Amino acid sequence: MDDANVNSNDANRLARFLTSYIFSTDHKVIGIQFLFSSLIWLAIGGLLAMAVRWQLAWPWTAMPVFGDLLFADDGGKITPEFYNVLFTMHATIMIFFVVIPILSGAFGNYLIPLMIGAEDMAFPKLNMLSYWFMWPAFACVVLMVFVPGYGAGSGWTAYPPLSVLVAHSPTGTAQNLWVLALLFAGVSSMMGAINYITTIVQMRAPGMDMFRLPMTVWSLLITAIMQAFALPVLTAALLMQLCDQVFLTGFFLPEGITANNALASSGGGEVLLWQHLFWFYSHPAVYIMILPAMGMVSDMLACFSRKPLFGYRPMVYSVCAIAGMGFIVWGHHMFISGMNKMLAVSFMVSTMLIALPSGIKVFNWIGTMWGGRLHLTTPMLFSIGFVSMFVIGGLSGVVMSSPAVDILIHDTYYIVAHLHYVLFGASVLGVFGAIYFWFPKMFGRSMNDSVGKIHFVFTFIFLNGTFFPMHFLGRMPRRYADPYLHDSLRELQPLNEFMTYCAFLMAATQLIFICNFFWSIFFGPKVDRNPWKSNSLEWTTASPPPHGNFDFQPIVHRGPYEYSHPDCEEDFLPQIAEPLRRDPQT
Amino acid sequence: MRLQSKHLKRFWPILFYSVPVLATVTFLMASWGVWPFEACELPESLSSAAKTIDHLFYGIHTLSMLILLGTGVAIGWVIWKFDHRRDPNRKAAYFHHNTKLEVLWTLIPAGILVALAFYQMNSWAENKMNRPMITDVSGTEIPKPPLVMVKARQFGWEFHYAGDDGITETADDLYIENLLVVPVGEDIVLQLESRDVIHSFFVAELRLKQDIVPGKTQFAWFNPIRPCEVDILCTELCGWGHYKMKARLKVVPRGEFDKWLNELKQDYQPQELACRAIPVGEPPALPRGGGPSTGSVTNDHLSVAEVARLWTHHETFLQSLARSASKVPQAQKRDREFTSERQQP
Repeated sequence: MDDANVNSNDANRLARFLTSYIFSTDHKVIGIQFLFSSLIWLAIGGLLAMAVRWQLAWPWTAMPVFGDLLFADDGGKITPEFYNVLFTMHATIMIFFVVIPILSGAFGNYLIPLMIGAEDMAFPKLNMLSYWFMWPAFACVVLMVFVPGYGAGSGWTAYPPLSVLVAHSPTGTAQNLWVLALLFAGVSSMMGAINYITTIVQMRAPGMDMFRLPMTVWSLLITAIMQAFALPVLTAALLMQLCDQVFLTGFFLPEGITANNALASSGGGEVLLWQHLFWFYSHPAVYIMILPAMGMVSDMLACFSRKPLFGYRPMVYSVCAIAGMGFIVWGHHMFISGMNKMLAVSFMVSTMLIALPSGIKVFNWIGTMWGGRLHLTTPMLFSIGFVSMFVIGGLSGVVMSSPAVDILIHDTYYIVAHLHYVLFGASVLGVFGAIYFWFPKMFGRSMNDSVGKIHFVFTFIFLNGTFFPMHFLGRMPRRYADPYLHDSLRELQPLNEFMTYCAFLMAATQLIFICNFFWSIFFGPKVDRNPWKSNSLEWTTASPPPHGNFDFQPIVHRGPYEYSHPDCEEDFLPQIAEPLRRDPQT
Repeated sequence: MRLQSKHLKRFWPILFYSVPVLATVTFLMASWGVWPFEACELPESLSSAAKTIDHLFYGIHTLSMLILLGTGVAIGWVIWKFDHRRDPNRKAAYFHHNTKLEVLWTLIPAGILVALAFYQMNSWAENKMNRPMITDVSGTEIPKPPLVMVKARQFGWEFHYAGDDGITETADDLYIENLLVVPVGEDIVLQLESRDVIHSFFVAELRLKQDIVPGKTQFAWFNPIRPCEVDILCTELCGWGHYKMKARLKVVPRGEFDKWLNELKQDYQPQELACRAIPVGEPPALPRGGGPSTGSVTNDHLSVAEVARLWTHHETFLQSLARSASKVPQAQKRDREFTSERQQP
């Protein structure tokens, strides 16, 4: 009798544990699950990048420690086949398992209901499903390690025929798994996107007009809309590629190519079709990977400047403009591809113009800080770092948007410099800032600010040391396992060595973050509801918020950026505070 | 331990100031090839069209550097000036927007960007759209026919020169691997094709890059201004050996070029080619002049339709050649000969 009781209690406890921490429908738990899995993949993707840097600095040299563990058969050296796997999987993991899930999945999930004053997402079960759909994707990538080739090796862009013909790339099964992984990750994002749009449109608290939403929510909404429109195209293209790989359907194969050593392709396919479909998704994806960070940075800058966000409406409009124009610029990835040369000119014009809303945002961020009372906390420093790095990434984008200049720098390290300034310099710094900023809300304890600043300084210095010199490698092609085989590139090795040292130091710096993160979860100082004295709704509830989020019905009276209001004694005025005599309109 | 001492107050502005300053300084150093960036200088341009590209490259970069300096200095100054520790009693300003300013900083960059867009169209057209023309015997302008057909494959370059008939893709083509020789000061047209996956033909000194797409015939052109010998690189991931698609471009005076082509012709034995080209049965029957083993095709009295058919046949023949190339030892021997020849000083 007693035993049975104990057993059923245990079973209940286990079930409760499973439903509240593992298979939870609570958006906060799902957000934190996304956060943790993305951070783990960030570490894996980062290590792959270190191996890439090792090869570029000292090609065909045995790697210490790791080399003997991983490539004992090859004398601890990276093989050229494996080098292709390294950069392919680095990009795939960083884009599909880190940046997109951490921005939309982790912060989107965690912040949207809290910031709009809802008790949860519109479709909690769909939300849970969207997280658990990432796991088959993770499984596919892990499975790749056990098939020949140890991973996909045709670049994260997977251009056919290389990605389709087993005869031409030694990683057939891995390439199938790569397609499956992206399919699962894509479907997961699509479920998330539908949920976010519905939640933001339908479940805002009383008084929360669209133009009272924090920039974070606006940018997540626009991101979700972009995902909802772009992902079906990627999904279709991936299915077509899978059919090409498995059934030799030849959607992307021209006539006369010998496929899989046996059948000559019967033709009727078009190689460039994949590139159009892929970039139709992947260019908007570039904005999917930065817009949420822009939104979060806007919120952090206003909060730590103790000043209203400068030009809230122009900011919203420019996010919308970026999203709209983001769908008509994909051709700038294909200037050199053999696409219609006239078309390149129109893509050039649209690409030039998309620089405009981004520029407006930069000016508005500086305008936000102008005249403020800046508190240079860790999240603030990361946000300023975001702006500073985004300027560089944005400007090199303008350089590349010129098709004539692109003739020289296309598919060289200049492109690698640009994309890392935007994705690492901007997005990842924004993510770090956001983690420091919302950590107290997520875990009820705050991270150590001084250690955070050390983390910032070294990350900032070494990231520039790693990526800025890449701008000078405008004639070193990407994806070369050994560029120094060519006379004209031999002298570039010392600079590559310098970049590799910086990359290693940057990776080592992240250990500071990891220690700070885990130490603070358990031992950080406890915080009250609103440690940063911020305005938006998530700071009015407990830290961490209970199930159902709010212990009162939030009613919104104003926008989220009323800092240092002249009629108010304090330098902040929460969105739920009772109306003042002279209350601002927004 | 709190890192908010007086010394650190200056640290953050300096850190953020140093971004635009170091970026500009190192960029200038790299453009001029100053130590330690000697190797980073743009390679000297060796084609006439490259000048417009360089002009744009430096022009847009200069503009970008000015904007970077402007915004970077503004960020650094804001951090220094508005730090709350500088004046603890000051309250933050309270304003939401400034429509005039917004309009100004929308319209000015828009103007610059649109102007830039129109300004650079010519360079693109010159490099990628306006293929050099020649006047044929009847006096009409026609696109200049290719001097060389470039066939890219995993992981090497084949260069097919037109034989006596003056057109590529006929039986008397002269074939050489990984060495492209062209005459100086002339419009050179290349016909680019791939045997397997996407490759990309890149010569930095010529500012010439074009993806080579299987199933498509594309043309690229350049006009080398002086004799030189430079690298040809592949800039589209094409498999494990992507990095080792090594070839050289040699620009020589016309006389030397003719001599070289003649030598290639002498050296060239169609029989040998035929031997290694018939692994799977006979080569397709050609309408006139016989197969490649019996010498060149005379095309002076062929109809257009016949020439087209001939080309199609020949294409099939070349494909079978490509399929067998990896199995034929002579082909590899030939590769090695060219490689060793090149490496001798």
